[in-house]
Amino acid sequence: MSARAETRLWIAQRASAAVLAICVAVHLATMTIAVHGGLSAADILGRTRGSAAWGAFYGLFVLAVSIHAPLGLRTIASEWLGWRGPGADAACAMIALALLALGLLAVAAVTL
Amino acid sequence: MSTLEVKVWRGGADGAYRGYRVPRYDAQTVLDVVTHIQRRLDPTLAYRFACRVGMCGSCAMTVNGKPRWTCRTHVAKVVRGDRLEIGPLANLPVVRDLVTDMSGFFDKWARAKGQFRPTSTRGDGFARVEPGSAARRAADAAIECIGCAVCYAACDVVAWNPGYLGPAALNRAWTLVNDARDGGRRERLAAVAGDAGCHACHTHETCSERCPKQLAPTASIAGLKRETALAALRGEL
Repeated sequence: MSARAETRLWIAQRASAAVLAICVAVHLATMTIAVHGGLSAADILGRTRGSAAWGAFYGLFVLAVSIHAPLGLRTIASEWLGWRGPGADAACAMIALALLALGLLAVAAVTL
Repeated sequence: MSTLEVKVWRGGADGAYRGYRVPRYDAQTVLDVVTHIQRRLDPTLAYRFACRVGMCGSCAMTVNGKPRWTCRTHVAKVVRGDRLEIGPLANLPVVRDLVTDMSGFFDKWARAKGQFRPTSTRGDGFARVEPGSAARRAADAAIECIGCAVCYAACDVVAWNPGYLGPAALNRAWTLVNDARDGGRRERLAAVAGDAGCHACHTHETCSERCPKQLAPTASIAGLKRETALAALRGEL
């Protein structure tokens, strides 16, 4: 992969990490408040269904995960397994697509 | 007089440690110990040194598990009880005993475009570089590298990714990126970007921890990450 492409992937991983830092904090705080507030699953779904804000927030969360996790796995594959090159890149791209599809399905299930 | 129990690596990559008893002196350096063994106990021991005063970068070895410059390392600082274990630097092929093949290490300096690319001729006047400028201060902070390869031997990423340029080569590239007289910036940034370059660094900071000149290659690498990212966003990479 070219230096330009590698650098862009590095930027993507750092940028997605910055997004995740915020998303994870908001998600954990939301879960803690919901559990301590005694909300049932139905109560939570009542608040998320039809909410464009929650849909956008968790959609962004899923997108950041789909970018960040495969790039991290690509580095681990390279350094710990010695697996580099087009095969490893293709495997990580498949993982990215799988995470994106599963994540967006989950977001759709609680917001639509 | 007390004695040191010294284990020294003998042979090539498949060699083994051999024990020696060396007299202990005040203000004794690890290089003094190795020299005593070669001069008095076993003249077949191979090792490198030149200046003995921390300038040439040729005497680095692994001492009790950590890479160090041996000419400026007092035995009192690193001895465990009365024991010393002295081996060749890690992450470099062993030629024999304490001598490693450093050609790969210096080849990576060349791959990182570590050569100055002049932009003027002898007919031009002196370049005027403001001493207090940010670029000059950044170059100053990294310029005193003696090429001892201690950082390279200490780096986990070098061990995991054999193509990785390593802290010293990237540190050198950073000094040139900050050199206003140099004309190779674009090619250098392309050379140090990517999986084998600055973006492979995990910021463990072992290089900065171990550098005998108290340089901070990690900071230089962070600077390269910043500059290559900006170049990529501008479409200059």
